[in-house]
Formats: sequence, structure tokens, C-alpha cells
Amino acid sequence: MKGSLIILSFFALGLIGGIFSLFPEWLLNEDLTTYALFVLMFLVGVSIGSDKGAFSVIRKMNLKILLVPSLVVVGSLSGTALISFLLHDIGVREAMAVGAGFGYYSLSSIFISEISGQELGVVALLSNIFREIITLLSVPFLVRYFGKLSGIASGGATAMDTTLPVIVKFTGKEYGIIAIFSGIILTILVPILVTLILEF
Amino acid sequence: MTPYIVITLFAVGILLGRLLREKDKARRNVDLALTWSVYLLLFLLGISVGINEEIIGNFSRIGYKAFWLTIGAVGGSIILAKIVYIIFFKGNEEGVSKN
Repeated sequence: MKGSLIILSFFALGLIGGIFSLFPEWLLNEDLTTYALFVLMFLVGVSIGSDKGAFSVIRKMNLKILLVPSLVVVGSLSGTALISFLLHDIGVREAMAVGAGFGYYSLSSIFISEISGQELGVVALLSNIFREIITLLSVPFLVRYFGKLSGIASGGATAMDTTLPVIVKFTGKEYGIIAIFSGIILTILVPILVTLILEF
Repeated sequence: MTPYIVITLFAVGILLGRLLREKDKARRNVDLALTWSVYLLLFLLGISVGINEEIIGNFSRIGYKAFWLTIGAVGGSIILAKIVYIIFFKGNEEGVSKN
């Protein structure tokens, strides 16, 4: 929650500066964003690869646990596809790409704006921030009516870090490992699925 | 082109990251650099959105779309979560807790 507020304030700072043309020309150079994205993705990779827990968790689990990230992928993509038919001004692919952010707003918004333009990038940023906030606020309710996997499913990629504490609190420690596993798999899938959905 | 370079860098990063597993200080630095590159990119995204009058003029519509897409993504996920939980997990809670 604190993390998303800091990120939103950096976004807002840029936004306000952009509206009032406070920044020099060179900051608007598209190449700068592209190179920064290269650095970011490399670092995300290093961060996942160097995580001691990440791979041992994956090795310990039986196959059933794979159902959890899979259901989040299928649920998020079909849910957003359905919504795209109700909203007249967004295509199925664009909607599904936003859904494929799985709550990982920083990465998905940057990625999507790089491929499909800033407007969809902003939709992805807001939508995936909402996903984190909705999860933080509604896990107790979700667990009660939709069972013990629902908090993990709602959290998506954030189930491994920002929403993990609430998930563990309301579903129990034994589900913490499932949450971390599902979050790691979904985090890895975000850039891959977003690219697949928008480019093919 | 860019997405392929990005995914390649991502994969190379994961492999190199495996070498850093025991180096706590290096890992902390990576996470710090990661945090600041996210701040930088969101700041840059903010600027390019700020100078784009079409987006600024439609901000409420964009927020509305974003909200409903979230409802779709979360709704689809929790409905499937309920089905999968009932079929595959509910019966053997014991087995799960032993892990």
C-alpha cells in the first residue's frame, strides 16, 4: 500500500510537470524510456533469479498447486474479455492485456504503454493498482464466500509480496506458500503474456 | 522488436540472478536499483501522459474503464478460485497444512 502510494506520487509528479511543461525536452525522449525499461526488466529477472525462496518453493510443491496461477490467468483474461464486450471503447486484446497485469501495475503499465501507447498504459496502471487495493480491502469477505484460494486469486502477482500479509492472516500460514508460488509464476508471466496478447 | 529484447534481458537476468543467491548485499542493491528504476519509469510515463492532451481530457473515462476491467479480472479469478478450491483443495486441507 505504501509502495503504491510512492509510485503513484512519482507518476503524479511527472504528470503535473508534463501538463504544465516544466521539464526540459530531453526528458521527453522516447529512447530514454526504452533504455530504462531494459534496465528494469533485467533487474526484475535478477531479483527473481536471486530469490532464495522462490525456486525451492517451486520444487517442493505437487502438481496441484499449478492450478492456482492457471486459474488466475484464465479467470483474469476471460473476465476482462467479457468486460470489453460491455465497454464499447476497448478491444478484446487490449482488455485482456490489462488483465494480464495480474496486479503488477508498475511493470504492466510500462510494458503496455511501450507496445500499445500511453492511454492503454494508464488504464493498466490504474486497473492493476485497483486490483491490489480491492484485494487488500476485501480478502476477509472473499475468503468467506469464495473459499481459501480466493484471496490468492484476487491478489494475482501481488500475492507474493504486498498482499501476502492479509492473505496469510485470513486464510492461514499453510496457504502462504501457495500464495508465494502463485505470485512468482504470475510475475514471470506478466511480460510474456502481455507481449503475446498484444503482438500476435 | 523492443518486447523481444526485453524478454531476453529478463531471462538473462533470471539466470545471472541464480549466481547471486548467496550474496545478500548484492541482492539488496539489486532490489534498491529495481525500486528506483520503477520510480523513474513511472515518472517518465507521467510526463508523457501529462503532455498528451487526449489522455488528460479523457481521464475520467480511462478511470472508469480501468475500474470495470479490475472487476472483470478479480471476478473471473475468484469464481474459478471457488470452483478449484471445492473440487481440489477442500477435501484434503490436512495434506496442505503438512507442507
